[in-house]
Parts: sequence; structure tokens; C-alpha cells
Amino acid sequence: MRSIEKNLGTFEAAGIRPVAISVDSPEETRHLCQKAGYTFTFLSDQNDEAIRRYDLVHEGAGENGKAIARPAEFLLDSSGVVRWLNLTENYWVRARPEQILDAAKTLETK
Amino acid sequence: MIKKFNWQIWFGFLLAFAGAVTYSFVFVDYPALRDFPWTALGFFALALGFLFAGFGRAFAVGSRLRSKIAASIVGLLTLAVMGLFLFAVLIAARWLPESKNAPHVGQAAPEFTLPDINGKPVSLSELRSTPIGGNAPKGVLLIFYRGYW
Repeated sequence: MRSIEKNLGTFEAAGIRPVAISVDSPEETRHLCQKAGYTFTFLSDQNDEAIRRYDLVHEGAGENGKAIARPAEFLLDSSGVVRWLNLTENYWVRARPEQILDAAKTLETK
Repeated sequence: MIKKFNWQIWFGFLLAFAGAVTYSFVFVDYPALRDFPWTALGFFALALGFLFAGFGRAFAVGSRLRSKIAASIVGLLTLAVMGLFLFAVLIAARWLPESKNAPHVGQAAPEFTLPDINGKPVSLSELRSTPIGGNAPKGVLLIFYRGYW
């Protein structure tokens, strides 16, 4: 996420809107954004609705056995079709901004 | 007494600890160093070197039993730090669900509406259509993350 924030200008210039999603509450997420200086959109999925719909639930991996999201990135075009995705096999290893921007080059505005 | 202080073994322990901590808090921000914990392995290699040197001293002919016991305890702690770190980064981090039914390339991404940091509901279709700097967006990058609890 830090690398997304650092490259936010490049993403926006490419017409890409980054959106981060986790099970944290809006308050917790706001604290994270303030502390870390994130300025792009962050959403709270406290009831794992979206996380479940995208089949990314990691049962019991959170605090007190709570379900959380496994890390994943999806690049959608403006019609909402998935054009690129990254389901990492190791949660320390995340997509790099260069990879995402490369994939974004194939997107066209409708 | 000062002369007999087995600094090698303690330095080895500090190096192992430093390797784990610097990876988790510093190098993890640099993709090339994050994807594989090279920095930590470097620290660990040095730590092992000092550990062996420290053991050599502690178990030298004529050394006291107390220093042997102390060296063994610090040595075990050092190995435990390295073992736990490698286990957490290389093995436990791979225990992830399969996500077989996650949307594939070419499929429509499921719609959702979720609150933002101010509690305002935001839908995926809004995210796809709200202009960025006056232009229609070309796409949306959804980043699912584990949360910071």
C-alpha cells in the first residue's frame, strides 16, 4: 500500500483508481490512513461481504479467530471486467506498482 | 571478569534479532528485498559465525561450567529467533486459502457497496465511473489487505 501511495500520481495519470479493502472498521481504517499518510480510497468490509463474494476469505486468520481477507489485487476495466489479478502465494510478497501499471496499459476508456 | 565476557555469543544473538526486525520493519518496504528475505539471511549467516566463535570460547578447555550453560542458552535463543522468523516468512505466510472461485480475468467483478473511512457508502460502480482529475477512469485497482487489527 505504501508503494501504491508513492506511485499514486502515476496511477491517476494512467486513469487507474486504487481502492484498498479490509475487514477493519471505518474508524480503524481512518487511523491507519492518518498514521501512514494514505490518501486514496479505503473501504471497510466488516462483515466480509465483498471479501466473501471475491472468495478471498481466510477463515480464522484474524484477531480472535475472525475471518480476514487473504491479500489479493484485481485490476478492473471501466466496465467492471477483471483484466489482471494477483493472488499471492506468500503474504509478504505483494504485487509491485510496475507490474500493475504494465497491466493497466492494455485498458481503454469506453 | 570483563575479559571473560563472551561477547561473540551475545553479538550473534543481537545479529539474529536485528536480521528479523530489520526485515519486518525496514526491508519489507523494498520489493526486491521483501520477496525473499536476503537481508535477514545475511544477518543470520553472520550470527551463526559469531555463535560458533562464542561456542568455541565457552567450551574451550578449562572454561567454567557456568559459561558453558550461559552460552548454550544464548545459542538456543539465537537459533529459536532465526527458526521462528524463517518459519513465519517462508512457511506460515503461505498458509492461504485457495480462492478457487475468485473472479478470473475476463469475468465481471462482483458488485459491492462498502463504507469509506468517513462511513459514507461507496459502490464499485461509482468507483468505476467517478472521474479522476476530470477524466473518466480507465480502471479500478482493488487491493484486498489483511488489516492492521
